[in-house]
Amino acid sequence: MSVIQVTDLKKSYGGIRALAGCSMSFEDKAINGLIGPNGSGKTTLFNVITGYETADSGQVSLRGQDITNAKPDKVFEHGIGRTFQITRIFPQLTVLENVHVAAQRQGFVAQARGWDSTAERERAMEVLEFVGLARLAPEIAGDLSYGQQKLLEFAFITMARPSVILLDEPAGGVNPSLLRHISDRIRALNSEGVTFIIVEHDMEFVMRLCDHVLVMHQGSALTSGPPEQVRADPAVLEAYLGAGPKKGS
Amino acid sequence: MTTTEIAPAGAAAPEHVPYRPPRPLRYGATAGLLALLIAFPLVFPNPTVTSIGVFTMIYLIAAIGWNMFSGYSGYISIGHAAYYGIGQYTVALITIHAHLPAGWGLFGLLPVAGLVAALASIPIGFLLLRVRKHTFIVLTIAVMFIFQLLAFNLTTITNGSGGLTLPFPTWTGDFFNMPFYYVGLLAAVVAGAVAWWIRRSKYGLGLFAIRDDEERARGLGIKVTRTKLIAYAASAFFVGIAGGLYAPFVGSVYPQFAFDPTFDLAIAVLVFVGGIGTLSGPVLGALVLIPLQQYFYLQFGNANLYLIAYGVLFILILRLLPGGIVPGVTSAWRSRLVARARARQELAGAGGTGPEGAGPPGGAGPKDSGPKDTRPGAGQKDRA
Repeated sequence: MSVIQVTDLKKSYGGIRALAGCSMSFEDKAINGLIGPNGSGKTTLFNVITGYETADSGQVSLRGQDITNAKPDKVFEHGIGRTFQITRIFPQLTVLENVHVAAQRQGFVAQARGWDSTAERERAMEVLEFVGLARLAPEIAGDLSYGQQKLLEFAFITMARPSVILLDEPAGGVNPSLLRHISDRIRALNSEGVTFIIVEHDMEFVMRLCDHVLVMHQGSALTSGPPEQVRADPAVLEAYLGAGPKKGS
Repeated sequence: MTTTEIAPAGAAAPEHVPYRPPRPLRYGATAGLLALLIAFPLVFPNPTVTSIGVFTMIYLIAAIGWNMFSGYSGYISIGHAAYYGIGQYTVALITIHAHLPAGWGLFGLLPVAGLVAALASIPIGFLLLRVRKHTFIVLTIAVMFIFQLLAFNLTTITNGSGGLTLPFPTWTGDFFNMPFYYVGLLAAVVAGAVAWWIRRSKYGLGLFAIRDDEERARGLGIKVTRTKLIAYAASAFFVGIAGGLYAPFVGSVYPQFAFDPTFDLAIAVLVFVGGIGTLSGPVLGALVLIPLQQYFYLQFGNANLYLIAYGVLFILILRLLPGGIVPGVTSAWRSRLVARARARQELAGAGGTGPEGAGPPGGAGPKDSGPKDTRPGAGQKDRA
């Protein structure tokens, strides 16, 4: 059963083909790992799925519904939340306000009401409690440490209870104990039925956490399967070890 | 601003020091200021003084209006004189063509001036708000000059450089400035109330999120175009009202004074000096700088010396309080409270220090160390 299906996605930047007819499907209610060498198109795929980039051609569908080139706010309303490779929070707002930004409200009257409604506040504190930031709720988010900002970004995308969460390098620059904390949070949400798609270079992290691993190479899908199987696949090794023309830092 | 200083203390559960003064103090200060502004022309009825008061009110309305878009969203507009001019011409043209008698009735045109400005701002904003930062600033200036050119050249409507003359109200003597002053004060209070309401609404939170990171806000379901456009129109509305008050007060409308580039600079400067994006910043900026500017102008007259004095003051304030007066003073005040809280904590914590890792792992002390520190794994993969 697949939750997000991409079909023959193409995206070029000038002469660089970031996505060259990429087709893959991500399993529902699973923790999907998306790996591949630098420049293989992982982040571009994230950007296209979440509406930050428009695909040149191809299709993205969410549970059978076509969401190709939907705008980021629409994609979020469809229940897909994402984090960025470089953590992006709202540095001048407080931690609590950051979480409230993601609370969805429709209609003029609802928008005109105070941002700090009781129901939303309860939910916001619950979310902050979940990642362990509740005690920092009134502080300015820009004052938090790097790791705390990562947790905050993770917290606010869960605010609107998305059914799919895309994480772009959640382990980047994170110390082991925080990493364990993040893994636990991912597992906890996953057990409640949230699907994860995780781009990550930290192989240990991916192999330990993910149920299903997909490999990208040169803008298209190379292989996919359970972690052990992917790890043993010679094609994957070859992609990483430099048969490909592009090998980043 | 040094974030380390205002960051909460480490793992020992920090007591939160609020970023703003306590509510009773803020409300008390607001009420006090309002009382002062109401009493002012009664205490100083001299027309020279009260006319400075009227100019201050005009700029106060415009500054609050400008700030509710540029301050809240981070899109700096140096072209709001377009709406100032539209407000002026709206009032002048209606007065002249409808043969309205000069008097209290003219003030009824203020909301009309605001509405016309807001309506005009919607298509303009729709185009301009597609670009950001420097491009946006340059385009706002361009739009303002387009309006100035139109005012010069659409002579059948605007009478071009000959300008338009409005009938003078029949009020005389010390009383002449009073109606303008109090109507201006009322409009400023309404603008202030709207700014306050936006600031605490869900809508306003979206606006602030856009200021901090527009793309991130979009990815959290914020309708960015709509959000920006509404704020842009609301700010044009109040700047239009400021123009609508200016025209009958001065009694004439000319293209170069209606669509006036120095108006744009003045508004931006006084909001920056007061504190951009804050509620009290534009109020403080307008109440301090406009009287000062008018005073310098009257003292030094046409030699333009007042501009030098004004410039020196501006540089001085920006040197001493780079974020503006309001943020500068509140953060200094907060630093003191934080230092005091620290001292208290150290005293109390002399026996039992806070448990290490009380918070989430990796997050003991906020920003005591930067992102690139000695944490294992840091520096290799991060920000690849």
